Amino acid sequence: MTDASMPTDTPRHGKSIMVADAHTKKRNASEKRFQAYGLAAIGAGVFFLLVLLGAILSNGLSAFQQTFIEVPVYLDAAKLDKNGNRDPEDLKKVSTFGYNPLIQNAILEQVQAAGIDTPLDKASEMKALISASAAAQLRDRVIANPDLVGETVDFRILAASRVDGYLKGRVQREDLARDKNIDAVHLDIVDQMRERGLLAKAFNWEFVFGADASESRPEQAGIGIAMLGSFFMMLVVLALALPIGVAASIYLEEFAPQNWFTDLIEVNISNLAAVPSIVFGILGLSVFIQFAGLPQSAPLVGGLVLTLMTLPTIIISTRAALKAVPPSIRDAALGIGASKMQSVFHHVLPLAMPGILTGTIIGLAQALGETAPLLLIGMVGYIATNAPDGLVEGFMSPNSAMPAQIYEWAKRADPAYYERAWGGIIILLVFLLSMNIIAIILRRRFERRW
Amino acid sequence: MTLKMTASALAMAAVAATSAAARDNVQVAGSSTVLPYASIVAEAFGENFDFPTPVVESGGSSAGLKRFCEGVGENTIDVANASRAIREKEIKACADNGVTDIIETRIGYDGIVFASQIDGPAFTAFEPADIYNALGAKVLKDGELVDNDYTTWNAFNADLPDAEIMAFIPGTKHGTREVFEEKVLVAGCEATGAMEAMIEGGMSEDDAEDACMSVRADGRSVDIDGDYTETLASIDSNPNGIGVFGLAFYENNTDSLKVATMSGVEPTTETIAAGDYPVSRPLFFYVKKAHIGVIPGLKEYASFFVADEIAGPDGPLAEYGLVSDPELADTQAKIENETTMGEGM
Repeated sequence: MTDASMPTDTPRHGKSIMVADAHTKKRNASEKRFQAYGLAAIGAGVFFLLVLLGAILSNGLSAFQQTFIEVPVYLDAAKLDKNGNRDPEDLKKVSTFGYNPLIQNAILEQVQAAGIDTPLDKASEMKALISASAAAQLRDRVIANPDLVGETVDFRILAASRVDGYLKGRVQREDLARDKNIDAVHLDIVDQMRERGLLAKAFNWEFVFGADASESRPEQAGIGIAMLGSFFMMLVVLALALPIGVAASIYLEEFAPQNWFTDLIEVNISNLAAVPSIVFGILGLSVFIQFAGLPQSAPLVGGLVLTLMTLPTIIISTRAALKAVPPSIRDAALGIGASKMQSVFHHVLPLAMPGILTGTIIGLAQALGETAPLLLIGMVGYIATNAPDGLVEGFMSPNSAMPAQIYEWAKRADPAYYERAWGGIIILLVFLLSMNIIAIILRRRFERRW
Repeated sequence: MTLKMTASALAMAAVAATSAAARDNVQVAGSSTVLPYASIVAEAFGENFDFPTPVVESGGSSAGLKRFCEGVGENTIDVANASRAIREKEIKACADNGVTDIIETRIGYDGIVFASQIDGPAFTAFEPADIYNALGAKVLKDGELVDNDYTTWNAFNADLPDAEIMAFIPGTKHGTREVFEEKVLVAGCEATGAMEAMIEGGMSEDDAEDACMSVRADGRSVDIDGDYTETLASIDSNPNGIGVFGLAFYENNTDSLKVATMSGVEPTTETIAAGDYPVSRPLFFYVKKAHIGVIPGLKEYASFFVADEIAGPDGPLAEYGLVSDPELADTQAKIENETTMGEGM
């Protein structure tokens, strides 16, 4: 038997081990090269990540700022309350269209009072400056406080999206020649209003907490209601996927006999994890909506579909966590007379809990960012407009979800919605990152290794 | 464990509540061309009435009408938006599923425009014949019908720029495609004489018309199944690309697109209203009469949509790009009387 490591008496080629020969050099060089490839791969990954983050932040951060105009509006009793009795029911008869002239007048008066030099002198010509949402804002306030009619009230209204875009640099003067929404004369007014402090950018909470808006007023749109939709969907996923997933894994891992049937189930769980999510959407449409008769666009249905999608993730991670608990723990419990069930629930499951929770959170984060199945169950469109009144409505009434809302914004015609889509991505990423960080902390803190 | 129990009990309660809760909001789906208008109306409707804001989904005219025709009941939509009139086949499918009384509502007109990158080649004037020569499957060359092998626009019309042919047209599930086929491709087919050659070649008139509608399949004409934003993105990355857009979409993106005239007429709301611009089509929505009185706010939504202050020439829809219907009063009366299709015609 020859042993390669056997010391030889004489150096075979008369070489010292202190001097690297050609072969060793080659091997060392190839190791260096490999390390360089690895570093390059990591470098490329970091570079793309930075480009992506840079693109998201540079496009999206401006969505959190919005241009507002502070303007005192005279709520003309002759127009808003013809009967003069301040009855909310009577006030409701004046639609938002009745409020538009009041706001336009107020803006014109403000422009003239501030001594702004402009050839425009008709109230209706001020329309291009203000958001269409202002009328509804005034009307809601008046209906809530009928006593305001006849007085001059200070309002903080949104500027039109083109004005906002001009302040953010998205709308350029040279692009205006064929834009029917706004023209250079209006931008002159905007410049002067800004100098006099009548119009300014401010942080826009409405973007984070508000409702979706129609195509004609991107300045008003917010992701808040869609966030609620996502929240209710996650409740459904958590309430269904966690108990079902954990129960299935405990049975498969601790109790199930090893036979072809359990093998089949195991193979199928792995297969299920690889099914494209759109397939679950089609399933949800045909089973939950068309067969079971659940309402369309409801977070409940979205949650059920995402549950199906999340289950394999949870089952696989739970089984891994259970497997990681050493058999000695089970044996010790059984040895002092615990039943099989007691050994699982008193000893194995608590030790596996950190792993299970980590898997669950990662599964939820995956479900939170999922869009494709929601397309098919009617959660994309102009939907996220009404805040749910209660728990049941939260599950049942039509709503969207954060990724679906972002997709919807990205589709819309007005370029201002593009910025909002990026802004929505930032919010979604914040959620995903914080969920992943929680998962990491849980794992670091509580996971035990044997 | 107790947490888990309450969580699952909560889910059970939510499932049990389904049968009890009746739908109280109007549900709309269909054409992505009508979607912006419908969302504007739905928003104003939610602001001005005590009903919740209707839900508007897109997906294309055909998809919307298909869902509309699935049957009567809370789990079916109440209104289908369409950028074309409902087809006989669809009316029959509707009737088979018990949807017999449909109120057809025309809300106005929309122009279809051909636009390209603002800094791209000078595509400023087209005739239907140009579009057919560029995109038709078979074209007339030296008096003979051949497979379309034109690669540049100036190969068949010296007035057009020397640029590669690349066009992004709406996919077949869009109502816009139908208008594009009928008003541009068939018109161009006739104008170039290709249609005549086909009929002389032994085709019936209908077959020839169908053949005229087929576009070349060598990658120079790309079907866009998504929305206009997808077309816009394709144009952005393709300096020579020509895209087919709705007028309203173009008017919201004048900073990146330039529009071409068709048969010498520039597309504007005025030229479309006057009927001068050749490529325009009516926009519709269809209401299920059986749902009126069952779904709260449905009739109010429909009449609010066609009210003068909304769909009229000075309303927010016209401002967004809709060409308002001169016969709006008839439409309003139709909703008021709930006149269904086939009645009072």
